Amino acid sequence: MDALVLARTQFAANMTFHILFPTISIALAWVLLFFKLRFNTTHNTKWQNAYQFWVKIFALTFALGVVSGITMSFQFGTNWPGFMEKVGNIAGPLLAYEVLTAFFMEATFLGIMLFGSQRVSNRVHTIATLLVAVGTSLSAFWILALNSWMQTPVGFEMIAGKAHAIDWLAIIFNPSFPYRFTHVMIASGLTVAFFIAGLSAYRWLRGDRGDDVVTALKTGTFLAAILIPIQIFVGDMHGLNTLEHQPAKIAAMEGIWETERGAPLLLFAIPDEQQRTNRFAIGVPKGASLILTHEANGEIKGLNEFVGKHPRVTPLFWGLRIMVGVGMLMLLVSWSSAWQLLKHKQLSDWLARIVVAMMFSGWIATVAGWYVTEIGRQPYLVYGVLTTADAASNVPSTLIASTLAMYLALYLTLIAAYISVVLYLARKAKHGAQDDGHATPQLANT
Amino acid sequence: MPDLTQPSGWLPLVFLALMGVAMLAYVILDGYDLGVGILLRHADDEQKDMMIASIGPFWDANETWLVLGVGILLVAFPVAHGVILTSLYLPVALMLVGLILRGVAFDFRVKARAHHKPWWNRAFYAGSLLASLAQGVMLGLYIVGFKYGLAQIAFGLLTGLFLAASYALLGATWLIMKTEGSLQHRAVAWARSCLWLTGLGVATVSIATPLVSQRIFDKWFSLPNFILLLPIPLMTATLFALAYLFLRRLTHDASSGNERGLERWCWAPFACSVGMFILAFFGLAFSLFPYLVVDRITIWQAASAPESLKIILFGVAIVLPAIIGYTAYSYKIFWGKARQLTYY
Repeated sequence: MDALVLARTQFAANMTFHILFPTISIALAWVLLFFKLRFNTTHNTKWQNAYQFWVKIFALTFALGVVSGITMSFQFGTNWPGFMEKVGNIAGPLLAYEVLTAFFMEATFLGIMLFGSQRVSNRVHTIATLLVAVGTSLSAFWILALNSWMQTPVGFEMIAGKAHAIDWLAIIFNPSFPYRFTHVMIASGLTVAFFIAGLSAYRWLRGDRGDDVVTALKTGTFLAAILIPIQIFVGDMHGLNTLEHQPAKIAAMEGIWETERGAPLLLFAIPDEQQRTNRFAIGVPKGASLILTHEANGEIKGLNEFVGKHPRVTPLFWGLRIMVGVGMLMLLVSWSSAWQLLKHKQLSDWLARIVVAMMFSGWIATVAGWYVTEIGRQPYLVYGVLTTADAASNVPSTLIASTLAMYLALYLTLIAAYISVVLYLARKAKHGAQDDGHATPQLANT
Repeated sequence: MPDLTQPSGWLPLVFLALMGVAMLAYVILDGYDLGVGILLRHADDEQKDMMIASIGPFWDANETWLVLGVGILLVAFPVAHGVILTSLYLPVALMLVGLILRGVAFDFRVKARAHHKPWWNRAFYAGSLLASLAQGVMLGLYIVGFKYGLAQIAFGLLTGLFLAASYALLGATWLIMKTEGSLQHRAVAWARSCLWLTGLGVATVSIATPLVSQRIFDKWFSLPNFILLLPIPLMTATLFALAYLFLRRLTHDASSGNERGLERWCWAPFACSVGMFILAFFGLAFSLFPYLVVDRITIWQAASAPESLKIILFGVAIVLPAIIGYTAYSYKIFWGKARQLTYY
């Protein structure tokens, strides 16, 4: 395989591994703050117990996010030296602001949040929890500002082949940023909502039915039920924004080869990149035009308008369908669960099992959506400014391949360990509760 | 040297200083917690928990200094960043694997099933050692200007060993300060053996650096530089001797059960070790200046555009004092002897 494909695969592997953990820790930090504030106001120990269970999972998730994030900061240089050489004047300050305003704050206050509760007042501990949450969200703000700028670059001029900033506010709040940021933050919320609901349902099914478990189950379920319709609406807006700025990406997502009016919404198709057509296409007539232009006969530009300058169709076409499919499932499951919880105060066993099965559904939707937007930018690294091939390093492909194998083995092991430990903590929590009783929190070493 | 009254002249200097501060902070701060990881193998199970407890609240923020240091290299000197990191591709990858392993082992070891704990302890040790060795190899290859001959690689491996030993010294002296009882006594013995390797390492790098480049040689061994710079090796030697004497005294106190004596001077070996790190760092920085890649790329050749550096400097000026402030606050909260880590 050639070095470019390997470098991209390696970067994608690291990104995919990394994104799993911030996606959880960003929203989980806010949920923990919610648990803590509820405890501060109600003094009901169920909130404290919920906090104490989920803070362990937060610590584990955060650690995985940090170490995989360090990997990213190095791979910008090892895999894409041309990126910083050409657009470093823009990307640099955005990354610097992420490190300065977010990383140190979250890492330092995490120490106090996790281990300082006996050494500081409850007030300081609450503030530390708040600052960790603010830090994780600020981090998302800066990195998505940069990512969005790479999709819709504005506010700069090219001088002697290098990008120079003209207007920083335009760079940060570039056209796709508000949509992408909102979409990703809600995705984090949904991922966490299903994680909390799923793991709580898992405990509940195993007979661990304390107040704290039911409270967490409700928090997760209602959060999911509220967020999912908002996400569908925001996702639609994000799609319209992409149509305006990156029509080739939309054409690939919808599998539209020829520019047409009243384009169908394809439910199934096997895109054929050689023949530049779809096989076995099944679609809803005029569906794509209706969704994307909000008119039955709206015109959508086809891929043939962008020959040589559009991404591969298959991953985008299917990535979008996986993301939307999971989203629809989320809507169905969260609303049925919320309805059951409101009406019967508990879940039926079969629905609880489905909620357990959906525990990590947010990961699938997030990664699928991330692939759509990132692969959709190809062949560019910075849309219309720098191609991925021009940014690649000339490191020998054998070296990339061997380190890739090393990273992959490590990542797969760690994902397996993470899921297995999370489930183990959930099972162990019950034993702990039986030993110590619910009111007294059990002591645990970190 | 370009016109220092112009932004394109002085901004790279400011960022070099900032990067230096970040790298030095990283080497010292993550140095002690990597060192604790390296020493973990030699402790019994109860001591292992206490060793990890002593670094628990800090390691995460400590590693962030690496992200800042590499971040400044990336954003302020993008050309050098590309050259340095692609030349060090393999050791960087190994270091990252090491950092990942130890970072996750820190959490997994107490959250996974009890019988898995020894495996995560091993991963914590192996990851710490691998990351330290890899950083040392990177330092060695950096000093020889990324030439990959047999001698250069051998030198890189040697600096890898020395840096790991120096981190272990920082870790051991940190433990002397932060723990008590049998673990503290043990840490004194560890520190004594690591001190010699550290001294040998500093001497080796100090001798090798001028030999790599005529320019560096002339910088040190010309008048009046030689006399002006003499305090650096002299002070290093003094700190080394002080560390040795303090450790000998502490060994004596430990064996005679003089706990008050131990408490009185338990901070001193750590302070001496940090001092040696700072001096060695300045010596190396002086040798290399103004080059980012030895005798190839200067800071001015590698620097980003002034308008980008200005916007970062603006942020740094506001945020860095805050970072230093709350870092100090965190160390104040966890001041004194380490206690077992509990979430509540």
